[in-house]
Amino acid sequence: MRIAGRGLDQGTTSVPFTFDGERLTGRAGDTLAAALIANDKRVVARSFKYHRPRGILTAGSEEPNALVTVGHGPQADPNVRATVQELYEGLEARSQNAYPSVDFDLMAVNDLMSPFLGAGFYYKTFMWPKSFWEKLYEPVIRRAAGLGALSGLANEDTYEKAFAHCDVLVIGAGAAGLMAAWAAARAGADVILADEDARMGGRLLAETEEVSGQPGHAWAADRVAELAAMDNVRLMPRTALTGAYDQGTFGALERVGRHHPHRPGKPLECFWRIVARRAILCAGALERPVAFPNNDRPGIMTAGAVRAYLNRWGVVAGRKVAVFANNDGAHRTALDLMAAGVDVSAVIDSRAEAQALGDYKLFAGARVIGTRGRKGLESLSLRQGDRTLRIEAECLAVSGGWNPSVHLACHMNGRPEWDATTLSFLPRSGMVPGMVAAGAARGQFSTAACLADGARVAADVAAELGLTPADTPVPDAEDRPYRIEELWAVEGRGRKWLDFQNDVHVKDVRLAAQENFRSVEHMKRYTTQGMATDQGKNSNVAALAVLADATGRSIPETGTTTFRPPYTPVSIAAMGAGAQGMGFAPRRLTTSHKASVDRGAPMIEAGLWYRPAYFPKPGDASWQEACNREVTTVRTAVGVCDVSTLGKIDIQGPDAAALLDFVYANTFSTLKVGRVRYGLMLREDGHVMDDGTTARLGEDHFLMTTTTAAAGLVMRHLEWVAQTLRPELDVVFTSATEHWAQFAVAGPKSRDLLDAVVDGGLDPAAWPFMACGAVDVMGVPGRLFRISFSGEHAYEVAVPARHGAALYRVLLAQAEALGGGAYGIEALNVLRIEKGHVTHAEIHGRTTAFDIGCEGMVSKKKDCVGFATSRRPGLLEDSREQLVGLKPVDPAGRLTGGAHLFAETADPVRSNDQGYVTSTCHSPTLGHDLALGFLANGRARHGETIKMVDHLRGVTTLARVCEPVFFDRKGERVRG
Amino acid sequence: MSVANLVVLSPCDGLLPGTIGAVSITETTPGRITAILPFKGQDDAVSVALKSALGVGFPAPGRSQAVGDVRTLWVGRGEALLMGADCPDLPGAACVDQSDAWATVEITGTPVEEVLARLVPVDLRAATFDPGHTARTLLGHMTASVTRTGASAFEIMVFRSMAETLVENLAHAASAVAARS
Repeated sequence: MRIAGRGLDQGTTSVPFTFDGERLTGRAGDTLAAALIANDKRVVARSFKYHRPRGILTAGSEEPNALVTVGHGPQADPNVRATVQELYEGLEARSQNAYPSVDFDLMAVNDLMSPFLGAGFYYKTFMWPKSFWEKLYEPVIRRAAGLGALSGLANEDTYEKAFAHCDVLVIGAGAAGLMAAWAAARAGADVILADEDARMGGRLLAETEEVSGQPGHAWAADRVAELAAMDNVRLMPRTALTGAYDQGTFGALERVGRHHPHRPGKPLECFWRIVARRAILCAGALERPVAFPNNDRPGIMTAGAVRAYLNRWGVVAGRKVAVFANNDGAHRTALDLMAAGVDVSAVIDSRAEAQALGDYKLFAGARVIGTRGRKGLESLSLRQGDRTLRIEAECLAVSGGWNPSVHLACHMNGRPEWDATTLSFLPRSGMVPGMVAAGAARGQFSTAACLADGARVAADVAAELGLTPADTPVPDAEDRPYRIEELWAVEGRGRKWLDFQNDVHVKDVRLAAQENFRSVEHMKRYTTQGMATDQGKNSNVAALAVLADATGRSIPETGTTTFRPPYTPVSIAAMGAGAQGMGFAPRRLTTSHKASVDRGAPMIEAGLWYRPAYFPKPGDASWQEACNREVTTVRTAVGVCDVSTLGKIDIQGPDAAALLDFVYANTFSTLKVGRVRYGLMLREDGHVMDDGTTARLGEDHFLMTTTTAAAGLVMRHLEWVAQTLRPELDVVFTSATEHWAQFAVAGPKSRDLLDAVVDGGLDPAAWPFMACGAVDVMGVPGRLFRISFSGEHAYEVAVPARHGAALYRVLLAQAEALGGGAYGIEALNVLRIEKGHVTHAEIHGRTTAFDIGCEGMVSKKKDCVGFATSRRPGLLEDSREQLVGLKPVDPAGRLTGGAHLFAETADPVRSNDQGYVTSTCHSPTLGHDLALGFLANGRARHGETIKMVDHLRGVTTLARVCEPVFFDRKGERVRG
Repeated sequence: MSVANLVVLSPCDGLLPGTIGAVSITETTPGRITAILPFKGQDDAVSVALKSALGVGFPAPGRSQAVGDVRTLWVGRGEALLMGADCPDLPGAACVDQSDAWATVEITGTPVEEVLARLVPVDLRAATFDPGHTARTLLGHMTASVTRTGASAFEIMVFRSMAETLVENLAHAASAVAARS
C-alpha cells in the first residue's frame, strides 16, 4: 500500500501498467516492485523447484524471487528483476514459472512431494534405466523447474557495445562512492562514476538520515549535480559493473532503453568495457536474511528493503509490520515505520542484551520459529525463553546482518577474509590490481564512516596517479555502531530457506555434509545453492555458516565459493551486439562484385571475401548446368574470373631472395627477373602451410601470391620469420592485395582477348608461360602474369583497384565477343581438379610435400622453415596416405567429398579405412565425376580398383586409382 | 586503345556522404598513397630525404606529420604511408603504391568520440590522443588506421574491400548514439 507523505517522488504523475494482464497504476520513479507493493500484490512469482508462492524479498539487483517477463512476442524479456525494472507507461509484466497462474499453480504439487525432492534427489533417482534420462526424465524435470522462457522468435531489437577509458573508475554511487568520485575529480582525475541504480545515492535514498544537515537524498542529489557539471566526470547511471578482468579492464552493462516504452533504433542495453588506471569499489553491502521455519512467505522481506520501499517509494507491504533481527541497524525499520504511521507489531531481536531505540514492543533474546498465511504472511510465532507467542503481521522485516559486496574484488581469484567483528567477508588489498574498496564494501557500515572512507581512499588513489588531492571536507553524518551477534538459522518445524531462488533449505545443506559433500564447493554443486541468476547473493554466507556448523568447522575454515563474473546477469544480445545478421563479420567485396551480382551470381564466402559461385542463365536446370557451361567456355574459348582475393605481398630488399629461399621449400633466388615460379611453403612442423606463385619484378623485388584464405596467415608467418628467425636479413614487405584488381583470363582465346586490351598488343614471344611484367591496359599502368590455375593458356591481368570495375566489364565484353564469358568459383574448382592442382582441401594442415607428391620440390641444397622436420622418417614412409586421382569404374558413378576409401572386397569399417576423398567434381570435359583424395601408398596403386564409401550420404562407388592429373597430363595447353 | 579508357570508381562510391544525428561521414581523397618501408639502418636517411623533398619526415610510431596536403602516417612496424604527393626517389626504402588499397573517410561532429567508442577499443580521449596522433587498431572486426584530424574529427582508413562494412558500422554506431539523445 502507498503511504501518504512518504517517498522521494511524491506528486509525480501516475503511470499505468499491467501485471498478468491486470491494469494497475504506479507513480513515476517507482520500480515495478514498488508499484506492485503499492497495489498490494503479494505473490509475484513461483519458486524454481517447488513452485511455492513467493513475494518481493529485496529492493535491489540481488532479488531472488520477483523475476518477471516484460513485453511480449519476440521482444519478451524473461527473468527481469522487478526490483530493477523501472516503471513506465504501458509496461507489460507477467509472472513466470506458474501454470495456469501465479495465484493457482498446478505445479505446486511439487511442494507436496518435497520430502522426496531434497538435495541430490535427481542424481539418486533418475539413474535407471539409463536411456530414460535424455528422453523422459530430463524433459519432464526441465518443464517443471525453470524460470522465464525466451520467445524463440527472432528479435530485431538493437543492443550495443562500447569502450570507455578513465583514470579512476568509481563503482557504486552511495555515500562512499559519491565522496570518492568527488575527491578524485577535484584532484583532476578523469573519473567515471557508475551505479546500477537509475538514481545515484545508494542507501542515502533509502534511509531517513541527514548528511551535513541535509536529508541524505538531497545531499546526494547535490553531489550528483556537482559531478555532472564537471568536465572530467562521466556519470553512468543504470550501469552495473559485471566483471573485473586483467589490466584494469571492467565489464559493465548499461540499461539504455529499458526504462521507457520501446523506441526503435535506441539500444536496449550497452555492454561496456571500461579500462581504468585505478578503480574504487564502493559497491556497498547486501542485507542477508535469516533461515527460520517457513521464512519464504510473501510479505517477508529484508529490513533494509522495507525501509527503502517506505522512504524512497512511499510503499509498505502490509498494514502491520514486525521486525526480526540480530543487529541494531534493523531497529531503524521500526522507527521509520512508526514515524510514517504504520503499525509495528513487534521487534524480535535474537540478542539477549538488545535495547529498544524507540517506543515499540521489543522481544530481546527471541526468535521467529514459524509463520502462517496462505498467500502471504498473516502471523508469526516467536519463542522467547520458554514461552511461545503469536504475533500478527503482514510484513516481516528481517535482518541477519550485511554482507559487503566483495564480488568484483574476487573476480581474479582472490579470496575474501572473514571479519569476526562485522561477521562478514571483507576484501583483502590487492585482490584485483589497481582496485581498492571503500565504505560498506569493506565493512564500514555507518554513513559517517562511508563518507570519510570514500574521501580518504580517493585521495590515496589520486596521489598514486601523481595528482594533488584537493582538500575534500567530509560532511557530518550518523555514526551509530553496528552491534551484531551471530544468527544464521533458527530451529523449528518447517523448512528454513537459504537460497530462495533455487529452493535450497538448511536441511539440504546438512544432508550434503552428511553425505560427505563437505567442501563448500561440493555442497554448492550438490544442493545447487548459489547457482541461480542471483548467484547466491542472499544465501552464500548463511549457507556456508550452516555448513560450517554441520561439519564442526569455523566459517573462515569453511571459506566461500568462487565469485565469478557476471555480478548481475548480462544478456547474450548485449555481448554480441552488432553481430546480428550480416553484422557478424566484415564483408570484403571485389571491384567486380556489383557486376557479378547484376548477373545473378550467388556468392560464396572465402575467408571474409565474397566470390561469385557461378553465373546462371535463363533455362538453367541447376547450378551444375551453369558450372558445366563455364568450364567448357574456358576449355574451348576464354573465361574471365576475378582473382583479386588472392593475397599479394610485396617483398623488397637486398635479402628478399634469401627470405624467399628460407620460407619456401623450393628455391627462388635462381628465378629470373620477369618470371614467375610456383612455390610451396612449409610450417615449422614440416607440413604444408600454403602454396602460390611468386613473381620476380626486379633484382630485389618480388611479389608473392597466397591463397585467398591464407593471406593473413602467410603475412603473419613472414613477420614471424623476419622478426625472430632471420632478423639479420635486410628485407621489408607489405600487403599489396587491396591496391590491385586482378583478373584471370583463361582459355585458348585468352591471348586474343588480351591482345585487344593491352596497349600495343601482346607479343607472343615476349610472353611465354610464367612470364610477368608491366603493361599498360587501356592507358592504365598495370601488370600481366602468364600463369594458369585452369591448365589452359591463361593470364592474370592487374590494374589499380579504382579501375577494377571498368576493366572487368571490358574483359567480359571482349570475352563474350570471342564466345567466352565469366566463370565462377565452382567452375574454377572443376578446372583445377581436372588438372590435379591442390587447394586447402588437400593441403589441409595434416599433409606434407611428400603426401601431395611434391617431395621433389623440397630443395636439399638449402635450409628452409620446416625442412628438418619434413625429413622425419614417419613423414616419408610409403605407407602414408598419398594424393591420388579417382575415376568411377562406371562413368555414371558418383564420387562424393569426405567419403572414405576401402579395398574392393573389404568391409567399409573404420579398421579397414585406407584413405579419404578431399575434392570432387563432375567434369564436363571428361564426362564423368572426378575426385582427388589420399590413399595409403596411393602412388604405387595407380590402376587398382577401390571402393569409395560415403557413410553420411549412403553412397558406395567403385573407383579406379590414377594419377591426380586427369586432363592434358603433358601440360601442352598451358604452354601453347 | 585510347588512353585512360577505364572509368574510375572511389572505394566508397555510392555509399557516402552521410549525416546521422550530429555526425557527418564523408569519403576523402588523400591522393597518391605510397607505403614507405626503410631498409636496415636507413630510417634516418629516408626521413631526411623525405623531409628535404616534401617537408615531412618519417613519423614516429603512433604519429603523423603534415605540410599542407602532404602527409606521412605511421601504419605499423617500420612502415608509413606518404599521402598526397608522388613518392620521391628513396634508395633506402621500399616504396609500394597503395593509392587504391584504402577506403578513407572522415567522421566529424561533436559526438564523434562517442560514436568511435562503439567500435574502436583504444583510448581516443582528447587528453591522450591529440590531433595528428594515429593508431592501428580495430574498428568493429576490421583492422583500421584511426587518426585524429581535429577536436571533433577523425580520419578512418580500412582496406578498400571493406568500405561497405566500414560505412555500415559507422552509421550503425552513429544511429545508436543519436537515438540516445
